[in-house]
Amino acid sequence: MIILRLSWLSLWNRRGTVLLTALGIAVSVMLLAGVNKIRTDMRTGFANTISDADLIVGARSGPVNLLLYSVFRLGDATANVSWSTYRKVAAHPQVAWTIPLALGDSHRGYRVLGTSEDYFAHYRYAGDRPLVLGQGRIFQGLSEAVLGAEVAEALGYKPGQSITLSHGVGEGSFNEHAAHPVIVTGILKRTGTPADRTVHVSLQTLEALHDAAGADLTPESLTAFIVGLRDRTATFQIQRDINEYRGEALLAILPGVALQQLWEVAGVAESALLVVAAFVVFAGLLGLLTALLTSLNERRREMAILRSVGARPQQVFALLMSEAALIGLIGAVLGLAALHGGLALAAGWLEARFGVYLLGNGLTAFELITGCAVVFAALFVGAIPGWRAYRHTLADGLTLRV
Amino acid sequence: MTAELTPAIQLQQLRYAWPQQPSLLDITALTVQRGERVFLHGPSGSGKSTLLGLLGGVLQAASGSVSVLGQNFTALSAAQRDHYRAAHIGFIFQQFNLLPYLPVIDNVLLPLRFSAERRLRVGTDERALVVEARRLLAELGLSAAIQQQSSVMALSHGQQQRVAAARALIGRPGLLIADEPTSALDADAREAFLQLLMNECRAAGTTLVFVSHDRSLGALFDRQLSLQELNAVNA
Repeated sequence: MIILRLSWLSLWNRRGTVLLTALGIAVSVMLLAGVNKIRTDMRTGFANTISDADLIVGARSGPVNLLLYSVFRLGDATANVSWSTYRKVAAHPQVAWTIPLALGDSHRGYRVLGTSEDYFAHYRYAGDRPLVLGQGRIFQGLSEAVLGAEVAEALGYKPGQSITLSHGVGEGSFNEHAAHPVIVTGILKRTGTPADRTVHVSLQTLEALHDAAGADLTPESLTAFIVGLRDRTATFQIQRDINEYRGEALLAILPGVALQQLWEVAGVAESALLVVAAFVVFAGLLGLLTALLTSLNERRREMAILRSVGARPQQVFALLMSEAALIGLIGAVLGLAALHGGLALAAGWLEARFGVYLLGNGLTAFELITGCAVVFAALFVGAIPGWRAYRHTLADGLTLRV
Repeated sequence: MTAELTPAIQLQQLRYAWPQQPSLLDITALTVQRGERVFLHGPSGSGKSTLLGLLGGVLQAASGSVSVLGQNFTALSAAQRDHYRAAHIGFIFQQFNLLPYLPVIDNVLLPLRFSAERRLRVGTDERALVVEARRLLAELGLSAAIQQQSSVMALSHGQQQRVAAARALIGRPGLLIADEPTSALDADAREAFLQLLMNECRAAGTTLVFVSHDRSLGALFDRQLSLQELNAVNA
């Protein structure tokens, strides 16, 4: 007990350098836990974004590419699917429902999704949760829009408000469809999926924007569509039929399988990041070792004083070890606190920029284990100066060598 | 045999050499009685500090025996000697005796943290320990303001040595070993410090071994010893 008290007071006495050493560890812990937090939350978030959909169909490209642009609104489609092909698939006897997806426009940086009522009826996320309106109603006629929760909140929109859509994606789109304002009719409840950041309008509304002269509001093409089947056992058969369709180069994917492929690609980068972060932790611990070893020589006198008042060499050893463990503990606590503080501040930006939804702000098991591992590693590191101090005290006796 | 009858220090056929070095100490016999105040002098390098290490039980004799207050150190393990030192021996060094990160009072109480036996000689509760520490500091001429100093680094050198003396004396150790405690003090402070130390040792019945190369102080002690004469290595 006295040793712990002495090590604490000794650290407090040297708090300037101790804090710097602890900060080195804190930054490394923050990095490691942060990489893992974003990694796991991204996986859970992606996996929760689409449920209950059997196939996603788009123009032929890569499965991961199709998944990313259709469901996660990341990147753009290289080609579209024609309306007639979509109707053919939708009319297939095995197909229970479809959700058409037409992307390409935006409103102040938020993507505009052209779709149908089926989107609100059949889209499921996070298990089997449907989209729920927080205010108003879904679009019915032309020039009506349903906003995601994030869009409405960030821009302060209410039902009844009139907004204009822009051609193209990104905040820099100046080519506005100013002649065709749309009215907000409803606002969805928060889902933690890209729907929160989406402005939903009907396909006909989009068509009217782009082809003002035409009287026929049937769209010519779609970006992609989601398919729900009557009988799930037919999934592979239908997938093959679509992929082999001769009229148009199509690609049908199983969302779960494509997601798995995405993780296989991302997994390499994630592992690399985790390894780098682990090495940064190692560097932080080396900093701790350096700080303790350099302070050791000037503290030989202190050790001799402790010996003279009855401290055993083992207690001198324990003093150094507990100092190291305390610095490790301070570093781990600072690091995790900074991480959670930082994530709380950066949550909005991560959502908007990368579509990563952070799941709660509690301490995860990985963070707890990382923190404990750092403290134990620091204890272990402390054994090195501890051992040297132990040898000193035996060799020096009570002579106060400087 | 009662403990009171045994000498404070008894050395017999003591030999010591630091590793890979020639023999440094070879003392045939030395006895210091309880309550005696002994002045031990010798030039630097004569083995004074080594002898103090042996008396404190920090070093172990190569051969021969060291007995302190009736306890033969050669029969004890290193940990037992550490424990014995904490309970029965007080030390004052030349300078920088205090831990810079502890307040004055906590520096004085330090030996009591390492020995329950010594702590119980002062009292059972924390308050009694602080009262005794303050009493000793006051006896050594340190004002209440200095006693409450949170940083020992703010004290003058002479004040620091008095705090060190209070620490060595707390819990009435049987033996107090002072290693050149006055050599960094000016002449006036030296006399005053020595008088205070002697008075406290007398009041507590503590045996004092005072080591110095400055022989002018020797007259104040019961007995003067020359390490050079004791040590057969130099002969």
